[in-house]
Amino acid sequence: MSSLDISKLSVGEALPERQHTATNVSLFCYNAAIWNPHRIHYDEPYTTNVEKHPGVVIDGPLQGDWLNQVVVNWMGDNGTLVQFNYSNRRASYIGETLTSGGTITAIDTDVSTVDMDVFIKNENGDVITPGTARVKFA
Amino acid sequence: MSELISAEARSWIGREGEPVHVEVNRSDIIKYSISTEQQQEKFLNGDEAPAMFLFGALRPIAPLAELGSDGLPKDSFLPDLPLKRVMAGGTEMTFHRSIHPGDKLVATRSLADLIEKQGSTGPLIFVVYNLRVETEAGELVLEEKQTRIMR
Repeated sequence: MSSLDISKLSVGEALPERQHTATNVSLFCYNAAIWNPHRIHYDEPYTTNVEKHPGVVIDGPLQGDWLNQVVVNWMGDNGTLVQFNYSNRRASYIGETLTSGGTITAIDTDVSTVDMDVFIKNENGDVITPGTARVKFA
Repeated sequence: MSELISAEARSWIGREGEPVHVEVNRSDIIKYSISTEQQQEKFLNGDEAPAMFLFGALRPIAPLAELGSDGLPKDSFLPDLPLKRVMAGGTEMTFHRSIHPGDKLVATRSLADLIEKQGSTGPLIFVVYNLRVETEAGELVLEEKQTRIMR
């Protein structure tokens, strides 16, 4: 992992973006790993007919995980994640490719913290899961 | 006052649930890390848990006979509300310590608030929980404010 120097960062700087395309297999594995038997993540007829979603639902907390990876993968071993917030504003369904990314919003070199806005966007470019994070550099 | 949230439901605000004990296991971290497409070796080999690992590790594990028609176990720590379908809402997490295989953790949840909102497709109730996770030795690991949306 490359080394990051807090004194060389600037507000407005973008973090690397990444794309995620959930599949039936990846969602099955995720929901098995977190022991979530909710049918909206694997049973399409139930999901559309009973809970009235347009398709199998990509878990909100999975998007939350992808969001914090924007920060921790950028930061590597240069520091630690101390705060992380997000809200699931709009649902997302299997077949969509989501893009994660972020921007530096504040830098405090006295206490070695960096604040960021992070986002998950859908294919239309709408932010469906916004969040914020604070990291503390070692 | 509120139309959807009964006085009985409102009386749950401030109530604390039964503590949940979990022993962190390397293979559980590895499964979580693969399924969330982690990129760092320490997560993929299970040496350290990713930030949101506990979201899964603290989920209830109920017998099949106790799962409802939606697949979910009934949450005993939820007041009776007129809206029954659950959606993820979001979270605010403060991390105090990283999590590793062998860690023995205790999680305590309290019901912080019930908020009625009008969504684009009808009424919603936001159920807000405060979660506090410590090691069995009493070291603070994580503080979290979780929101669940009932629709």
